[in-house]
Amino acid sequence: MSKSNRVLPGFRITMAFTLLYLGLIVIVPLTTLPVESITMGWTAFHRTLTDPRVVASYKLSLGASFVAAIVNGVFGVLVAWVLVRYPFPGRRVIDALIDLPFALPTAVAGITLTTLYAPNGWLGAPLARHGLKVSFTPLGVTVALIFIGLPFVVRTLQPVIEELDLQVEEAATSLGANRWHITTRIILPYLYPAWITGFALSFARAVGEYGSVVFISGNMPMRTEIAPLLIITKLLQYDYAGATTIAFGLLVISFVLLLAINGLQHWTGRRLAH
Amino acid sequence: MAGYVSAHRQGSATLPRRRLTEPALVRWTLIGIALAFLALFLAVPLVMVFSEAFAKGVDAYWAALEDPDALSAIRLTLFVAAIAVPSNLIFGISAGWAIAKFRFPGRNLLITLIDLPFAVSPVISGLVFVLLFGRRGWFGPWLFDHDIKIVFAVPGIVLATIFVSFPFIAREIIPVMEASGTEEEEAARVLGASGLQTFFRVTLPNIKWGLLYGVILCNARAMGEFGAVSVVSGHVRGRTNTMPLHVEILYNEYNFQAAFAVASVLALLALVTLVAKAVIERRLARSLAAHDETAAPESA
Amino acid sequence: MTFRSSLRVAALAALATAGLASAAQAQTLLNVSYDPTRELYEAVNTAFIKDYAAKTGKTVKIEQSHGGSGGQARAVIDGLDADVVTLALAYDIDAIAKSGLIDPAWQRRLPDNSSPYTSTIVFLVRNGNPKGIKDWNDLIKPGVSVITPNPKTSGGARWAYLAAWEYGKRAGGGKDAAGKDFVAKLYKNVPVLDSGARGSTTTFVQRGIGDVLLSWENEAFLALAETPGKFQIVVPSVSILAEPPVAVVDKNVDHHNTRAIAEAYLKFLYTPEAQEIIAKNHYRPRDPKVLAKYASALPKLTLFTIDDAFGGWQKAQAAHFADGGSFDQIYVPSGR
Repeated sequence: MSKSNRVLPGFRITMAFTLLYLGLIVIVPLTTLPVESITMGWTAFHRTLTDPRVVASYKLSLGASFVAAIVNGVFGVLVAWVLVRYPFPGRRVIDALIDLPFALPTAVAGITLTTLYAPNGWLGAPLARHGLKVSFTPLGVTVALIFIGLPFVVRTLQPVIEELDLQVEEAATSLGANRWHITTRIILPYLYPAWITGFALSFARAVGEYGSVVFISGNMPMRTEIAPLLIITKLLQYDYAGATTIAFGLLVISFVLLLAINGLQHWTGRRLAH
Repeated sequence: MAGYVSAHRQGSATLPRRRLTEPALVRWTLIGIALAFLALFLAVPLVMVFSEAFAKGVDAYWAALEDPDALSAIRLTLFVAAIAVPSNLIFGISAGWAIAKFRFPGRNLLITLIDLPFAVSPVISGLVFVLLFGRRGWFGPWLFDHDIKIVFAVPGIVLATIFVSFPFIAREIIPVMEASGTEEEEAARVLGASGLQTFFRVTLPNIKWGLLYGVILCNARAMGEFGAVSVVSGHVRGRTNTMPLHVEILYNEYNFQAAFAVASVLALLALVTLVAKAVIERRLARSLAAHDETAAPESA
Repeated sequence: MTFRSSLRVAALAALATAGLASAAQAQTLLNVSYDPTRELYEAVNTAFIKDYAAKTGKTVKIEQSHGGSGGQARAVIDGLDADVVTLALAYDIDAIAKSGLIDPAWQRRLPDNSSPYTSTIVFLVRNGNPKGIKDWNDLIKPGVSVITPNPKTSGGARWAYLAAWEYGKRAGGGKDAAGKDFVAKLYKNVPVLDSGARGSTTTFVQRGIGDVLLSWENEAFLALAETPGKFQIVVPSVSILAEPPVAVVDKNVDHHNTRAIAEAYLKFLYTPEAQEIIAKNHYRPRDPKVLAKYASALPKLTLFTIDDAFGGWQKAQAAHFADGGSFDQIYVPSGR
């Protein structure tokens, strides 16, 4: 690709349209958040963000998202590895199914998981008999976030595992390394950047999630109230300033995560390129 | 970030020879664990949607879908997607052309900004439109004076939907356009084709599968959005309820079976999306591979 | 797929795509209401449309929106173009009035504080009442799990909270501290806070969570009717007289030119015909004759009003449900 491409037309018009559309649909609407937060003044802003209930909701949103991302990280490696490396009947169907949480509307996921894990549900009943409550506990929030974050680690790792150079493994084997050594010394370090990216994607997606969590969480202040729900609750109480401030905080977290992810993808791309 | 769903070349890797893989016992244990995890988190919920939907028989299932409110929700959902997807398609092509075929400062920042709606909480996506167009919002008084309804009416739902499904098509097209390079377009131009001719005869055939892929993802998100739409809808039955909102309403009305019946239509849509995605992925991989083959000798 | 069902799929697809803009020519009224009134207004609307057509020869279409009372008021303030609001409590309509959409004196425009019916909070327990719940003080016992929505967003939950407070206060010799202590203990037994009354009923009835549901009287009767033999109603010794009010949204009806219909609609709620419908849906009608007719179906208990016990909604809201109020202090004891 040439640096200044004068042969191809349409740069100005497509660029102008892109910026206009981006500005109208995304940038202008999102600037309402910092602007409205600033107009309420620093003390009110600070007080809202340090309110124990708000802090608890951030902690839950971040904490449950982190745990969910870890679970997805562990099982995601396994699933991606199995899907790429091991032939077994039905592999293609399973592979297509991985994206279900992405394609299924979150509200459907929400009512389904709640029904499934309620004390009288298919999975909730046997768990309840062992004293494990899922629906309406932080555990339920985590389960919903595992569901929605599931595709991310698998999908970022799959192409990387496919690109793994078998000759390296072969060479290592002929030099006498066993599978365990190859896995821990060669394969896992190679997958690491992509794994981190997948983990971060799964985490970022979970932090803002609303539809699938709101049914299963139980909405207890200080305990199972996620940050997006608290935004809605504030809104329902005519507390616009509060809602906007919490939303702004969440927006900053999302943006930082996004920058980190794009940086990570850059890194992964470089690692793959050499 | 939305690029995560980028098509991967499924099954293109050659399977390793026997001595380069784990013993059968380890292999099947790992397969077993992976499948158990997926069954627990994907298959069981999916089966349950349909089992609950038909819990009271086939007739009750159809009755739930033929209800006037359900029909109007289906209509609204189709209508919203019919506006949101083409809008984002035009944007996607335009952004793809500008970003993939040209180099300019701030290119990475632009890509990050396009990704932004994907990372923003859906609740926030709805809230910002209320802050802009609500009666007490920035443009609220002016809109009220001119009797223009945006939030709590269909335009607000369309806007929120465009916002949440914004990145998908652009993020699919950019890598595909980059991969196909600029040589063919430049050749067409040199041979005297107009800009639009170049696009329709040269570029479009190269990106059509990537485009279709983005459209499918964008459509799935547009039809299924709940959080953002819930904030701007106003929940007027028969007027501003989309299918996901209708599911919530039925769920809150002791009408579980009907809620799951409507949910099953959405789940079916998700399954169709997955099948279409898998098919297109294969076509995309093939067309990219074909392109590599034809492109290689030319550039040599 | 059988032939019959494929036919239905085709019919459904046709119906769904036909006429996206099938807006009726009839005048349309939007009633923005709270959570449990879905069945009530479905019946009232049918009756009113018939009555209005008979009297004026005009057809009218009524649209409904339901949700937690506070959230519905918020939507109207932000521009949901309601012609009438029929909410769970006066405070929420006051909030709309404060934004300038409704005349501040709205509550005096219709009889009975603009509340065409009353209701109260009762207990719904599982059949046979396994935890032996008879009155409010049974709810704070350890091991009793109580379901009630979030008072910050649900009107019914606010009425329930105030009823509990007043009971605790009376039991503790009329001291506010006793009321506060009582609700604190009560909410320690609450495992789930849904955002609206319907969500709580679903949690209790369908999910099988909790031993007792603090419920609108009409919601409790509805739950009995929907799932016969699984629940029973327990009537406490005292409870609060809930007066869910109605109002025309002045600015909107003037904008839509629907004031005449909107006013006729709200007045219709006070007619014997509508009062019958109200009673049949287990709300307490204002009309003495209708009330007498249905007296046997409505449990008797001592009811106090919010004006007597708390000095009206503005005071109650500020003391209990505003940020940092008594409800917040239950969860964040330090308060602010």
